[in-house]
Amino acid sequence: MITAERKPIDEIMEYIRPYGRILLVGCNECVTVCAAGGRKEVGLLSSALQMGCMQEGKVLDVKEVTLERQCDPEYVEELAGTVNQVDAVLSMACGCGVQEIARRFKEKPVFPAVNTKFMGASERQGEWAERCQGCGDCVLGLTGGICPIARCSKRLLNGPCGGSTRGKCEINPELDCAWQLIWDRLKALGLESRYEDIMPAKDWRSSRDGGPRRIIREDLAS
Amino acid sequence: MKTESALEKILAAGHLAVTSECGPPRGALPEKISSKAEMLRGYVDAINVTDNQTAVVRMSSFAACLIIKQMGLNPILQMVTRDRNRLAMQSDILGAYSHGINTMLCLSGDHPCFGDHPMAANVYDLDSIQFIQMVRTMRENGKFQGGDEILNPPKMFIGAAANPFADPSELRVARLAKKVKAGADFIQTQCIYNLERFEKWMEGVRERGLHEKVSILAGVTPFKSAGMAKYMKNKVPGMDVPDEVIKRMSGVSKEEQPEEGIQICVETIQRLKKLEGVRGFHIMAIEWEEKVPEIVERAGLYPRPQV
Repeated sequence: MITAERKPIDEIMEYIRPYGRILLVGCNECVTVCAAGGRKEVGLLSSALQMGCMQEGKVLDVKEVTLERQCDPEYVEELAGTVNQVDAVLSMACGCGVQEIARRFKEKPVFPAVNTKFMGASERQGEWAERCQGCGDCVLGLTGGICPIARCSKRLLNGPCGGSTRGKCEINPELDCAWQLIWDRLKALGLESRYEDIMPAKDWRSSRDGGPRRIIREDLAS
Repeated sequence: MKTESALEKILAAGHLAVTSECGPPRGALPEKISSKAEMLRGYVDAINVTDNQTAVVRMSSFAACLIIKQMGLNPILQMVTRDRNRLAMQSDILGAYSHGINTMLCLSGDHPCFGDHPMAANVYDLDSIQFIQMVRTMRENGKFQGGDEILNPPKMFIGAAANPFADPSELRVARLAKKVKAGADFIQTQCIYNLERFEKWMEGVRERGLHEKVSILAGVTPFKSAGMAKYMKNKVPGMDVPDEVIKRMSGVSKEEQPEEGIQICVETIQRLKKLEGVRGFHIMAIEWEEKVPEIVERAGLYPRPQV
């Protein structure tokens, strides 16, 4: 999933300060799962903003909506009736959701209330870790199901650097060395010999380096 | 001979090679690099020039190499994949080679978080092994990494680093094998303080016959003080400084510690000189270049052979 963290309240207050009526929009997908921008967080942020404004001696009118999926035009359309009753939209979705609102409601200012972080997974209650960088040409089949692009600090494709220490990365003792994980996994699978196959220089065109990406499925296009 | 490299000639003639290094200055101070290099004249076969080491901005390795080259010495161009993509690396290699720089060391580089610009984007378009492959392809096939032909391809003698002390330890010989397969001609190792562990690694290297395919230069760094020894042990990733070395440094007075550090370094070289597969030494006297001649002499590596 896509993970996010709520922005500091002061930064959000700064965005909405010129406005009296805002629409605060949550999303029921990833940001709900990582507790950054679902229905519950919409309620909490709404109260915090109203209180903040009260302290500044003004009244803030907040309309709260949580869409099923903010990155999907079909659901964003549900805001059509409400958007014209507010001065600005504050989105608690990932960057995709914020941009979908901006695209649909061209005349309305929209602000992000969260920082979109990464594609990751939950490691334990309340903790998420990066797993995928969306390079567009998956190598997990060669690396024992552990991604060196997302999980090695130097995205090394051919093994651990000289800073791998007791299974941890040199940049942070809390961080697992991706190549230690890969090596352990290759051993568990009896695929040690695979380590010595050189992974050639990657073609980063499939990644962000090739410019903004798009998927077109003619079979589904209408 | 694959190249015109003086280091290659020394190694091919069967001599134990000696290299050292100069860290470029943090400013436009050409005399800093020339005075460091001058101290090494006659005592080493080639001089590594670090590339923004520890991710701190310094004069570019290429520019500093050029200063050393113009002094009639042999620079080794260090290059890391952290700061440059494959376009920039290849154009720098063409430039360096056009100025007669024919030996290089291919590294991935320290992560920016350790340096003075932790906010910088890290590039890592290639890793060190892909980098070695690229430089070999330039030399052997006369092709750029992208596949186009190079007019007058640069013939670089290719170096790589090896850290026998990092983890997973069981992978460390295999990692060297991979660098050899990619095209490394010589290796400069991480600083060696744990000799038993290094000798064990070399045993694994010899078992696979890698010492016959690549020239391994054992890395040594003299301690200036007990404090430096403790710092290297505790703070430098991938460094193995045994307790008895710390004890030995701490066991003498502060005034005697520099001499003790040099003595440990000399003893290390003398012991490793006899080790099968060690083809030379890389003496990294960090901001202590003036001591390199003394180490080389006391270790019995002077005078340097003329090739």
